[in-house]
Formats: sequence, structure tokens, C-alpha cells
Amino acid sequence: MDLKKLEEIPKSYFKEILGALSKLEKLKKIPFFTGIHFKDAERDLAQKIESYKKVERDAKRAWKIVELSRNENRPQCLDYINGIFEDFVKLSGDRLTGEDRSIVAGLGKINGKTVAVIGHNKGKDIKQRLEYNFGMSIPQGYRKSQRIMRLADRFGFPIVTLIDTPGAYPALEAEDDGQASAIAKSILLMFEVKVPIIAILIGEGGSGGALALAVGNEVAMLENSTYSVISPEGCAAILWKNPSGTKLAARELRLTSRDMLRLKVIDRIIPEPIGGAQNAPGRMVKIVKKYIIGALERFASIPGEELKSGRARKFESMGFFSTE
Amino acid sequence: MEKIKCKNCTKDIENEIFILNLWVCPYCNYHHYINARDRLQITVDSNSFIELGKNINSDDFLNFYDVKSYSVRLKETKLKTSLDEAVIIGEAKIEGNDVALGVMDFGFIGGSMGSVVGEKIKILSNYCIEKNIPLVIFCASGGARMQEGVISLMQMAKTVSSVNRVKESKIPYITIITNPTSGGVSASFATVADIIIAEPDALFCFAGPRVVKQTIKKNLPPDFGTSERNLKNGQVDMIVNRNELRSTLTNLLKLFKE
Repeated sequence: MDLKKLEEIPKSYFKEILGALSKLEKLKKIPFFTGIHFKDAERDLAQKIESYKKVERDAKRAWKIVELSRNENRPQCLDYINGIFEDFVKLSGDRLTGEDRSIVAGLGKINGKTVAVIGHNKGKDIKQRLEYNFGMSIPQGYRKSQRIMRLADRFGFPIVTLIDTPGAYPALEAEDDGQASAIAKSILLMFEVKVPIIAILIGEGGSGGALALAVGNEVAMLENSTYSVISPEGCAAILWKNPSGTKLAARELRLTSRDMLRLKVIDRIIPEPIGGAQNAPGRMVKIVKKYIIGALERFASIPGEELKSGRARKFESMGFFSTE
Repeated sequence: MEKIKCKNCTKDIENEIFILNLWVCPYCNYHHYINARDRLQITVDSNSFIELGKNINSDDFLNFYDVKSYSVRLKETKLKTSLDEAVIIGEAKIEGNDVALGVMDFGFIGGSMGSVVGEKIKILSNYCIEKNIPLVIFCASGGARMQEGVISLMQMAKTVSSVNRVKESKIPYITIITNPTSGGVSASFATVADIIIAEPDALFCFAGPRVVKQTIKKNLPPDFGTSERNLKNGQVDMIVNRNELRSTLTNLLKLFKE
């Protein structure tokens, strides 16, 4: 057994293998067993090491996608808005207490039709990132989104959402202003409106802050975007109690677009240019534009009641469990 | 006589008195953890509870493995808590009033919401619509169940959609926020109720104090996320002591009956 191989094994599995190895070595030293070959045991162990190495390879692959989804040169919400929608007018404020810049909302035209567009914008350099609060929203943002969705519903404008957020902003003021209920009400409203909702995950789909814009009749995901209940960092901190579990958490959480399609959480994967959207932002915007036009056509003739009940049916059927 | 130390005032309480006082400290009124079975017992008319959805069990469909596998974690928790899942649902009577009742238990993997909790809230919602009886849910949860990945996030949408159909059927929906209610549960079915009641000493927030403290890099006010602060901020309708919950619920149910 090549002990050097052990160095490549993820640390959390290290103990188990080391234990099995030392048992084997001890066994070999007992006189009764000398001369007997331990081929089976050694093969089992080698297989175990192989499977653990596969876990680590998968973890690295998942982490690479996490990094791609966060790449600051990827096109962002404003790039898509500017490149796709004509005559776009930005609308601001929740009409209650404030304006949250991390969520961009407004009306614009695509293919000659007016749509409402709502999305998280992260910003590209540090100045912009501070301005948009890294795409982390506060209740005022979710309530602005609700206001625009209601407006769209009244006038029959389809809603297009562009999701790219690490998650809702965990701050004292946001909590005091009712972060939980703002997100819940956003989700609720998306089960009430009778216009098509097309939700596109363009980068990071972080937890409740992402879901607050993502209850779509059709949910699509860019190839290298992610969708997750918690960030790998947060998950590792809670379950592994150690940041070294971050990459493994990225694997365990199954947060890639392929995983989402397999779990039927999304309807479509939008392919990215080779190497990722950051390599050809202009082309990426064009691909998304084509997708939106197609998606809007798919839902154009469906009556409002059916759009509404379709969303309820779709999301209420999600879940995996066994029944005796 | 067995004694229990109050988590808040650290005074010793005789076990029997503690239980008679509904797991509330008789000296400082601190509301301690109460498991779902005990909660049922102190809330509903005796022998009136009929459990629903008993045959639904969690599945380790992602083969999730952190420091132990999810399937092992489930088995251990079931043994430890004698519960099947983080929520018990059923039909019950409160002072003779029929209700569809859900009770969450923080002891079951932090009361986390996975596929089974989502499905049970859906079953309960369908049941109360079918029977035309009010929906009452006692919330206690750390949030979504990470071991079910993004599917646990989707339970937020699933439960909101389910209770939305209850609301559209003009059936009253009441939630009781107990310690703690946060994350995915606080940002879904817990906060879209018609009436939100908080128990004293219930941590009620979206992001937990540790995460918020890390973000703002300042100490939090001592009352962060407390029922009192939430009442002041307009996030809950009222704070009700555990020993008055039954009568408050009865009163509300009667008001909705006309």
C-alpha cells in the first residue's frame, strides 16, 4: 500500500482510512496470519481511497464553478438590461421607507413588448460593489420588487428576473425592518400574479435572497451559475465547523446547474461561451436575449389563471421523501 | 427531588413545579424549550389530536455526508427524540374549536425544514381547506435543512404556496413564533400568517445573531431578535405567555367564527 497516496485524501476521511490501514498492518504481524495474502483487504482499501479521491476531484470541480459564478467579469444584471431591453426606465423605491440599490427594477421593451425587469446587481469594482452592497438586499429591495411585480400584474406585463446574490444582507437594520417577512411576502406575491414570470440565475443564487426573485413559471440557469440553500463557506462553518470543509461542502450541496436540472429545480440550462461567460460577455448577453424572447413566446398564450396555478403546482411538487 | 437550573436566572427549580409551570421559570418567567409532544398536550383538548401524514419519511437523496451521513443523522435523531420529523401535524380541538395544527420541534435537527416538513405543511394546508377549519402552526426552526441542499430552499416556496391557498380560501391562519424561529422558516410560511403571536424569549430573525455580528463587526444590542424587539418593530401582533396561549387562541378562533 502506497502511503503517499494518503496525502491526497480529503482530511475528513483521513482518519477512517488510517484506521483501516493500521488494522491491516497489525493483522499481518500476528503469527497465525503470516504468509496469508491480504489481497482482498488491500484491494478494498485501494478502492476506498479511489472513491475518496473521486470525492475530492468532484469537490474541486464544484468549487471551480462556485468561483466562476462569482467571477467579477461575468456580465451582470445591468449589462443584460442595457444589452437586451430597449427604452428601459429604471424605477426606484419601495414607497414605504427607502431605496435599495442592490436590486435594480424597471420597465423596458423586448421584441416590441413591454416587460418588467427585476434583478440583483453586484457591481464590478470595489466602488460599485459598495454602491450595490455586493448584491445583498435589504427589505426595501424586496418590497420594491413586490411593487414592480404588482404593477406588472395590473398591466399584464411579463416579469423577467435576473438573480445574482450571495444572499440577503445580514445586518441589524435589515432584521429590524423585517427581512424575513419581506422575503416571505416576495415569494407569496409570485404565487399571486397572473403574468408569466421568467427567472434566470445569472451568477450566484444565494439562499432566500435569491428565491425571493426566483419563483418562475420557467426557471433557467446559466451553465456556470450556482443555486444553493447556503454558501459553501457558511455550510462548512456550521457542519464541518472548519473552513477546510468549504470545497467539500460545495460538492455535497449539489449547487451546479446540472445538479439543478437533475433535481428538477430548474427547467433549462443556458449554455455559456467556452470557458465561461466572462470570456465573451457580449455573446453571453445575446444568448440570454434569445432565451428570454423564446421563453416569453412559450408563455404568451397561456391564460393568467393557468400561469398562477402552474407555478403553485410546480413548486408544491418539489421534494424527495419516502412513503411507507 | 430532582432540580433544574433556569437558563436565565440560574435559580434551581423543582422538576415537578417546572413542568406544572409549563417549562417556564416561576422566578423570572423565562420560557424554556418544550418538545412538540408536550406542546401538543398543553395546547389541545385531551384526546382530541389525530395525527396526519405519519407515513412520510426523509430520504438521503443527495447522499449528503459532512462529518456523518445524513441517513445516520436521521436515524440517531429519531431515536434520541422519538419523533419522526421536525414537525407533527394533525387535527385537534382547542376549547372545542376545530383546528388543523402543526407543531415544530427544535430538537429534531434544529427544527430544520426539509422535504418532509414541506410536504407535511402542504398536507396540513390541504386538510384545513378540505375541512374548512383554521390553520395554526407553532414554529421552531433554525432554518432550511442543509443536508437536502437546494431542495430544502424550495420548501420555502412550497410551504408559502400551500398556505397561500389557505389564505385564498378565506381560512384564518395563525402562527406562534417560539424559540428559535429563523432562516428559511421565518422567511416563508411563518411570516405570511394572518396573525403572528410570539412567545416570550423567542429568538425570531432571518439571519442569526452570530452571522449579523460578523457582518457589522459590532456587538449587537442585547435584545436582538427578541419578541419584545420584534413587537416594537411591528413584526409580530402580540407577545403571549405560554400559560395564556390556549385562551388567546380560543378567543381568536371564536372571533373568526363570528
